[in-house]
Amino acid sequence: MLNYLTLIFSCQLAGELARVTLDLPIPGPVLGMVLLFFFLVFKGGIPEQLSAVTGGLLNHLSLLFVPAGVGIMLHFKLLGSDWIAISIALVASTVLTIIVTAAMMTYLTRGSSASDQTEE
Amino acid sequence: MDDLRDVWVYLSASPLLHLTLTLVAFQAGNWIYDRTDRNPLCNPVLIAVLTIVGILLITGTPYQDYFDGAQFVHFLLGPATVSLAIPLYRQFDKVRRSAFAILASIITGSITAMAAALGIGYALGASKDTLIALAPKSVTAPVAMGITEQLGGLPSLTAVLVILTGITGAMLGPIVLNIFRLKNWQARGLALGTASHGIGTARALQVNEVAGAFSGLAMGLNALATAILLPILWQLIF
Repeated sequence: MLNYLTLIFSCQLAGELARVTLDLPIPGPVLGMVLLFFFLVFKGGIPEQLSAVTGGLLNHLSLLFVPAGVGIMLHFKLLGSDWIAISIALVASTVLTIIVTAAMMTYLTRGSSASDQTEE
Repeated sequence: MDDLRDVWVYLSASPLLHLTLTLVAFQAGNWIYDRTDRNPLCNPVLIAVLTIVGILLITGTPYQDYFDGAQFVHFLLGPATVSLAIPLYRQFDKVRRSAFAILASIITGSITAMAAALGIGYALGASKDTLIALAPKSVTAPVAMGITEQLGGLPSLTAVLVILTGITGAMLGPIVLNIFRLKNWQARGLALGTASHGIGTARALQVNEVAGAFSGLAMGLNALATAILLPILWQLIF
């Protein structure tokens, strides 16, 4: 268990180092995700204890955004006089992006397996 | 009464109080979410954030004091992001089979996010500072802040907009996807990850592993696409 936690931290650290030294526009943890992915490809499977560690982290992924989210209390003033324009642009562009991306993917993969369709 | 104040002074200086507050508020959010039949509008992150902001404002607690405790939760975001390699690996056959469709969808989504935010913001008369901060808001926070800084904007404003975009996407995404009858898990995951980064991915992962894996992938690739495309787009416009 502990060695897989060490592996995850090492991937993140290597990702951070790569980002800083190569001045990449991708965050360290995302590079760490790529590294861990290559480790799995190399290993040819997911060790059971690794999936136990990552399951613990991913099952409550939403929780991890709460401290950063509370940070908005510091910056509400920044929204300033533009807040109406910001709110409308933010909501409308987010909804539009979701529809366009999903419609594009649905269109490009039409005809392939329909087994992934489900009601939510 | 003095005793009580001593207890408060002691507790508020220890990380335990705000760490516990974070967990309790999130559990409360989850409880409400479950009680409303998982209504996307009752997003647990939103409920937790609003509850905690309210409590901090009422007790006059500075954000920094809160974060001293909550940073232990915040820290886990990095390792959790690395862990997204596991669902991605499990679904890799599906990813490989539709690699072109995935790339095309994410790039289209990325351009839509930037162009729509800039276009709507501009039409409504937002200032240039606001527009720079709005454009990369669908991208995960560290990258979005870096892009804004590079373009000469306010990274702290971007951070707020990134979080709000994440919550908006997680709340409204499933509703609009249902309205437009976009039921494919791969497409839903890509859409949430592209439009609302990690918060969208967290939401997708809760519902379906395929959606979660595609969402994590989209989050990473959209960060890359936006970092490359936005400075180009910005120069074309201004």
